[in-house]
Amino acid sequence: MLRQCIAVAVAASLLPAAAPAKLNKDQRALHAASRLTFGPTAADLAAIRKMGVDKWVDQQLHPERIPENPELVERLKQYDSLTMTNAQLIEKYPPPQLLRSKKQAAAADQAKQKEMRQAPVQMIYRELSEAKLLRALHSTHQLEELLTDFWFNHFNVFFDKGFDRVLVTSYERDAIRPYVLGNFKDMLLATAEHPAMLFYLDNWTSVSTEQLEQMRKRFQGRKKQQLPAGKRATGLNENYARELLELHTMGVDNGYTQKDVTEVARCFTGWSIADIREDAQFKFNALLHDPKEKLVLGHVIPAGRGVEDGLQVIDILVNHPSTAKFISTKLAQRFVADAPPTELVAKMAAAFTKTHGDLREVMRTMLRSPEFWSAGAYKVKMKMPLEMVASALRATGARVENAAVVQQQLRTLGQPLYRKVEPTGYYPFAEEWTNSASLLTRMNFGLELTQNKVRGVRVDLDKVLSGKSAPAEIAQVLLLHPPAAETLKTLAGSKDTRPAHVAGLVLGGPEFQRR
Amino acid sequence: MTATTRRAFVKNAALAAFGIGAAPAWLTRAAFAGTPGKHVLVAIFQRGAMDGLNAVIPFGEKRYAELRPALAVPRESIVELDGFFGLHPALKPLYPMWEAKQLAAIHATGSPDPTRSHFDAQDFMESGTPGRKATRDGWLNRAIGPRKATSPIRAVSMGGTLARSLRGPNAAVAMNTIGSFQVRDNAQSEFMSMYSQSTDTVLKGTGKETFEAVKLLESISKSKPASTVNYPNSRLGTSLQQIAMLIKADAGLEVAFADTTGWDTHVGQAPALERLLGDFAQSLAAFHQDLGARMAGVTVVSMSEFGRTAKENGNRGTDHGHANVMFALGGDVQGGKVLGNWPGLEPEQLYERRDLAVTTDFRDVLSGVVQHHSGTQDMAKIFPGYEAKPLHFFRPMQ
Repeated sequence: MLRQCIAVAVAASLLPAAAPAKLNKDQRALHAASRLTFGPTAADLAAIRKMGVDKWVDQQLHPERIPENPELVERLKQYDSLTMTNAQLIEKYPPPQLLRSKKQAAAADQAKQKEMRQAPVQMIYRELSEAKLLRALHSTHQLEELLTDFWFNHFNVFFDKGFDRVLVTSYERDAIRPYVLGNFKDMLLATAEHPAMLFYLDNWTSVSTEQLEQMRKRFQGRKKQQLPAGKRATGLNENYARELLELHTMGVDNGYTQKDVTEVARCFTGWSIADIREDAQFKFNALLHDPKEKLVLGHVIPAGRGVEDGLQVIDILVNHPSTAKFISTKLAQRFVADAPPTELVAKMAAAFTKTHGDLREVMRTMLRSPEFWSAGAYKVKMKMPLEMVASALRATGARVENAAVVQQQLRTLGQPLYRKVEPTGYYPFAEEWTNSASLLTRMNFGLELTQNKVRGVRVDLDKVLSGKSAPAEIAQVLLLHPPAAETLKTLAGSKDTRPAHVAGLVLGGPEFQRR
Repeated sequence: MTATTRRAFVKNAALAAFGIGAAPAWLTRAAFAGTPGKHVLVAIFQRGAMDGLNAVIPFGEKRYAELRPALAVPRESIVELDGFFGLHPALKPLYPMWEAKQLAAIHATGSPDPTRSHFDAQDFMESGTPGRKATRDGWLNRAIGPRKATSPIRAVSMGGTLARSLRGPNAAVAMNTIGSFQVRDNAQSEFMSMYSQSTDTVLKGTGKETFEAVKLLESISKSKPASTVNYPNSRLGTSLQQIAMLIKADAGLEVAFADTTGWDTHVGQAPALERLLGDFAQSLAAFHQDLGARMAGVTVVSMSEFGRTAKENGNRGTDHGHANVMFALGGDVQGGKVLGNWPGLEPEQLYERRDLAVTTDFRDVLSGVVQHHSGTQDMAKIFPGYEAKPLHFFRPMQ
């Protein structure tokens, strides 16, 4: 496949010719901090040196053993929406669709309507995305935060699709975050049942054609709003089933057919949402379910059952070798290299299979592998936009007072938070993020950040540099390794010797774009 | 400035920027080309679902006025086109192009997918694969195909982010304006030095492309002639103005994408639609006037994710529907016609008894444009999984 070829070519071209086969101690520390945080800081390196890299990595695998940053905890308390249930969010921030019908009923006064219409999306989105950024910057549970980002992206939903605006908060909090170092099956089930996913991939309206006919008869003459969710359905909807196989578990072309997609879709008919306008909870609606026998990947799903059909499909998928391999590949692509060594993926997949999807064990296998610690993996990953922006903010010790402009930067760079339209999520590959417009934006962001021109963000460069002003020293502070000769040559030759300018060049330069 | 002198100017300005002898291959090709024969395709997306029935109005249908007691445009204000269809009065600036037979409308077009979700429908239209959500690249990116020695600005997406239609393996640039595509803080030469010497081959290559584009756009921006044409001060107006500037500069532009938002007129539609259609028509008219004879070889095609309900709703608006109308404008377009098969507005003729039915797949319209634009006949790569029946509405090639 084209993608694979490109990825292999990219990785191959980057293997530093003169690099040692194994990383030295400093490189190991920096490698750990670069790959397992949103951007290494001097404090991370000091912690790693103090406790030893193995112990530090092990601690990151057990975030419950690390006290969370108390300032972060305090700051997040200000964001009410983060802890609300779906029902509370709908009540406080009704989505536009709901407003229209409420409006028809009540004909509320204009000003109130306008205020309500504007408040919901902005407030929920602002709190959700600002919290994500603050956690990325300040959490002591860095690996857990990276994994929350990884798994949300793996099970992507799009914030701006209708009701998802009130559902995504709980989706990340309740269906993703608790399981990122837990069991894959639990997370898969939690996403399958979550209204955010049911709505995003339309499964809540999927119904067997026969059931639909019967329902139409039953509800004839009643108004649309009075009918159960399935009334919107035009029949079987395969969207969820297809992505479940292609993106969530087995991977495309890994052993299922279109027939399997249809059969899986039939199994999941009835996995729907109760009262989407009130409390938006998962509900199995037997009225919508196709009760006939199905055949999924060679397994007979007996006739006459209900929610058990979908549960059995999840079980089949979790235990399928393609799933172990696909999940391991994706993790290795994000954490090791765009085209990870097949031996590494095989080891991770074996751990996945042996532990029935224990994600902590899969991660541990990866983090103890010689491949992860090899020279070929060192600084070969291109930073995705969030990684670039967060690492620049972490490197400069930036204080984010208002994240709006940072969000705007991420949007311009092509990675708006919670706003990836496609279910594929964002790709972690270098070629995805290296185009002229985004490179230009990265350069300009570096320059603006260090000169305090990014609104809502404050950088105290004097404090960060603590008196250092030579170009080589500035680069060392920000990169946490000595700059390459060609970088240093440019920095030293710059006519503009203001530390803020030099620091901006470092952040916008080629070396800072890799991790 | 005539086309010839402008080309000479850009050639000189660009060569000066790179130094004689250092001109990259695309520049030689673009600036030394003897004739401006290269086709340019401009795609416009009207996000939110335009009310096509009030844009190109089927006033000849008795049902039209019946379905829309509050919203039907009165017969006397409709700009009549052919005895059955007419333009909304706000689209009047398009009429001269219609008369010149450079503008065609294709009615009852759309996607076979039944979705009424903006998000899904826009995604399907931009990926060019209705019903399939995981398609990575956009139809416009596939349409340009890989080519060696091309301009760094052969594919341009107006706005802060690269449009879904243009995403994909072939290089495309997103920009707000030509003038803003630059390195700040006088750091251009320093970044150029760092990237060009980098041992990171990927970043070195992208850096080279970036600085080529920056320099090219800088030269275009500096040579910007005082345009006598007034574009509306809107997102679409600004975008088309920038695109026209790139076309006139002969800098190798092949495809461009622009969008306009706010078409989701559920409530109090009439004033909103009037404003939107007015902006649309005035922007296109300005573009047409600005390019003048250069419209030969330029095709603009518009699309919107779906149409709106045939019947108006209780809020003097319309809800999400199915088929819509697309416009094609260009020097080569055989216009002055409303194309497509009109399905009618009787209840049994409507899709699900509520919306205008789709009789022309949007991919057939786009296939026709792409075939004319690129000369390529094979549409299977551009619209995978679909056997396109390209709609031909271009004058035979001279």
